[in-house]
Amino acid sequence: MSIYTEEQAKAILDKAIKASKADQCSATLNGGFNGNIRYALNSVSTSGRVSDCDLAVEVAFGKRVGTATINSFDDASIEAVVRRAEELARLAPENPEFVPAIDKQAYKASGTFSEKTAAITPEYRAGVAAACIEPCRKDKLVAAGFFTDSQAFSAIANSKGNFGYQKTSGVDFTCTVRTEDGHGSGWVARNLGDVTKFDAKSEIQTAIRKAKGSVDAKALEPGKYTVIMEPAASAGLISFMMFGFDARQSDEGRSFLSKKGGGNKLGEKLFDERVTMYADPWDEQSAVLPWDNDGLARERTPIVTNGKVEYLQYSRYWAQKQGKKAIGQPGNLIMAGGDKSTMDLVKGTKKGVLVTRTWYIRLVDPQTVLLTGLTRDGTFYIEDGEIKYPIKNFRFNESPAIMLNNIEEIGKPVRVADDESPFVMMIPPLKIRDFTFSSLSDAV
Amino acid sequence: MERRNFLKMTGIGLGSLLLPAMHGRVIAAEALLSKLDVATKKKFADIALNAAKSGGASYCDVRIGRYLRQFVITREDKVQNVVNTESSGIGIRVIANGTWGFAATSDMSPDAIARAAKEAVAIAKANSKIQAKPVELAPVKGVGEVSWTTPIVKNSMEVPIKDKVDLLLGVNAAAMQAGASFINSILFLVNEQKYFASTDGSYIDQDVHRIWAPMQVTAVDQKTGKFRIRAGLSAPRGMGFEYLDGNKADKVELPGGAIVYGNSYDMKEDAIAAAKQAKEKLTAQSVKPGKYDLMLDPSHLWLTIHESVGHPLELDRVLGYEANYAGTSFATLDKWRDKFKYGSDKVTIFADKVQKGTLGAVGYDDEGVKTQRWDLIKDGTLVNYQVIRDQAHILGLKESQGCCYADSWSSVQFQRMANVSLAPGKEAMSPADMIKGIENGIYIIGDGSFSIDQQRYNAQFGGQLFYEIKNGKVTQPLEDVAYQIRTPEFWNSCAAVCDEKDFRFGGSFFDGKGQPGQVSAVSHGSSTARFNGANVINTARSLG
Repeated sequence: MSIYTEEQAKAILDKAIKASKADQCSATLNGGFNGNIRYALNSVSTSGRVSDCDLAVEVAFGKRVGTATINSFDDASIEAVVRRAEELARLAPENPEFVPAIDKQAYKASGTFSEKTAAITPEYRAGVAAACIEPCRKDKLVAAGFFTDSQAFSAIANSKGNFGYQKTSGVDFTCTVRTEDGHGSGWVARNLGDVTKFDAKSEIQTAIRKAKGSVDAKALEPGKYTVIMEPAASAGLISFMMFGFDARQSDEGRSFLSKKGGGNKLGEKLFDERVTMYADPWDEQSAVLPWDNDGLARERTPIVTNGKVEYLQYSRYWAQKQGKKAIGQPGNLIMAGGDKSTMDLVKGTKKGVLVTRTWYIRLVDPQTVLLTGLTRDGTFYIEDGEIKYPIKNFRFNESPAIMLNNIEEIGKPVRVADDESPFVMMIPPLKIRDFTFSSLSDAV
Repeated sequence: MERRNFLKMTGIGLGSLLLPAMHGRVIAAEALLSKLDVATKKKFADIALNAAKSGGASYCDVRIGRYLRQFVITREDKVQNVVNTESSGIGIRVIANGTWGFAATSDMSPDAIARAAKEAVAIAKANSKIQAKPVELAPVKGVGEVSWTTPIVKNSMEVPIKDKVDLLLGVNAAAMQAGASFINSILFLVNEQKYFASTDGSYIDQDVHRIWAPMQVTAVDQKTGKFRIRAGLSAPRGMGFEYLDGNKADKVELPGGAIVYGNSYDMKEDAIAAAKQAKEKLTAQSVKPGKYDLMLDPSHLWLTIHESVGHPLELDRVLGYEANYAGTSFATLDKWRDKFKYGSDKVTIFADKVQKGTLGAVGYDDEGVKTQRWDLIKDGTLVNYQVIRDQAHILGLKESQGCCYADSWSSVQFQRMANVSLAPGKEAMSPADMIKGIENGIYIIGDGSFSIDQQRYNAQFGGQLFYEIKNGKVTQPLEDVAYQIRTPEFWNSCAAVCDEKDFRFGGSFFDGKGQPGQVSAVSHGSSTARFNGANVINTARSLG
């Protein structure tokens, strides 16, 4: 397949909607290419490119809904997928939480596409692997990494006249560098929309430096520490907390944002007043599609402002039931910050722990969003503004809802990705007091 | 890495992240019943094998896959979604110039298949320029044309959707009647129709079935603002719909009164118990942190086995192939050579892909190796790992153990975890016998929160039900319990394992590994086991 143009995509979606005899019909067309290269033990292990494109059609007869998808787009196939969706809708039980298709939306385009990223070749990917492997080989280090790039398009339409089309692209890079004896490990990650801002040769130096610097780590006693969390380290905790921002869960009494006695904590100040988070589909560095999974137009949405909860995520059904306006659900999460880098925060720290990365974060108690997980690939002790020595990894048991009340300083936001988060994130390095490390790990 | 709880925070909010295996086209229910005929599959496979050989491949295997999935998703009195998906296509793997190459296509025309085979050869040849050592493949004798089917009684795909919806809504109603504030229940049904052919002379047709019926029951006390969840105690299984028959003979009442299940699950009964227990959890005693002897039910212990034994004994992790994502392993080859004491002499842990009713059970793995059973830890000593054909030589093995799996026709097969199980104790012992000897302990039933480091040393586990044990008896329910382990110390603290009458399975439907990520399903069996002097923490916090 190829990346369909707006006209081509619209022609396919229009055919599907026209073919439907149901009360309403919505259709989406998504397609693209994904390229990747994976390497380990200083050698390429797998590489490939996958293309895919799907037309999904959802129809409704009254409150009965049916969905079907297909990956061929001739007239007969389009007709067939619509008929199949209609057949499923007729068999389906009535959905008491049915909401009609969205009205025509006004989508303002966002900068999600880079020609340069879309033009990445197999040679470029091999070059990324080589740029990581070569310096490691020379330095008696071992590299294992993954680079993946995508170019895609997304088109959306319905029988109420709504239509949207936009192209996207992106790259994601992670690399772990270990010493040959396994006593040191470092990591680096970059997530970007525009590949021209990516330089594997320079990025890999971070992982190399951390791998060498983390050899012969000392053991510190578990307990409460002042920590400097690199953006990738706190991203997993913060994005996990966002699952608790669901309005229905909160109203039902099963979120940390539920209120004793009923209702939710929308409008309450729950975090340090320096905590401000928002979504903005047009943010230059973390742009996302200007519509959400339901097709609702995304807006710039304050989530937390100066510590106060300003947003809960209302599904269209729950918004209708509660008399609220449903707005497009965020695709990115931007935490506001200052200008300081991670190392600037280190410089201003008397005693503390620098955390490169967190790992295997899981929910322990949804009541308090207590999370557990571990530090990994570069944990260091800070004294008098300097990194003094590597320390053994810790397990933490900490709630982001508590962590964001213990803020000492906020640095400059950086784009980060987390493989378990649905958001593109801009997260600053954070200096946090009283972060709870509950045990030591021998893992390197 | 066991995937994050499929119901996220409290049991709602289903999103794409939560259904990692839900790729494929959405299809009509009746299409789940059809199959590609074997002669056609053989014809397609031969096209690929011939094209690869003529292109210069020294080895080729072909997987023609049709992956069918059905999800029925409900909450309280509502069906939230019924989804049928299908993904089919052909994946071709070759060795050329001593290097692997892979290509896949959903286009099942002879030309497209031959083209994909040639592309796989071209990729292998291109990659061979940077290959340090040629692939060394343990031999497999061709088996000719054979077939294997999961021994099911009722094909889940043949059960009408209405019956499935009625079952779940009945379960939900029972829980609500028993006092639940909310319930979410789901059926995940999988049928993998897999055809494997290789230049070794094998043509293997397999029909694999799996089922999972998870639920989460929530109790909310609005006055205190407290809520608690009790998840179902079922296990995902390599079985048909008969797993949900709820045969009384497969029901087990544990000391203290909790009910757990063997090879047959009574979902409605468990939902009623869950509603009562979720409410009980709202007022249960918060645990005093400290050292306790743990009595771990198989419905809980499977996840500890999965994380602290199954993963660290995957040879690709030990060697460093997963260093950038899932991690490496503390159980290095020198420890294996030095007969590392992984656990106490009560601990024998075996791997297999043959036990009936398990998620890992197949006749042959995804590189045509007949499946088997072998010991990983024998009487406490590390004796083996889990390997595939191109790793066997590293351990001096003459053949692969059959641990190769791909989650789709379009994914490259690689080493995945077999079923890994704790062997039952040799002496007669029931859970009722075991508890008598425990003075100060905690009995844990069901799996809860889980997390482990990237070398599999430090882990923390929660559970569903916790009971205080004092002087040989269950005294009261507890809450806010999690225990932390260092893997070798934990397994060396194993003081007793109940006998084979108590042997039951748990498992993971969505075990994640690799980049790009793939999922696999794996079972872990055990009898109830006792671990002395574990470090228990209290997980209660206050948000002020």
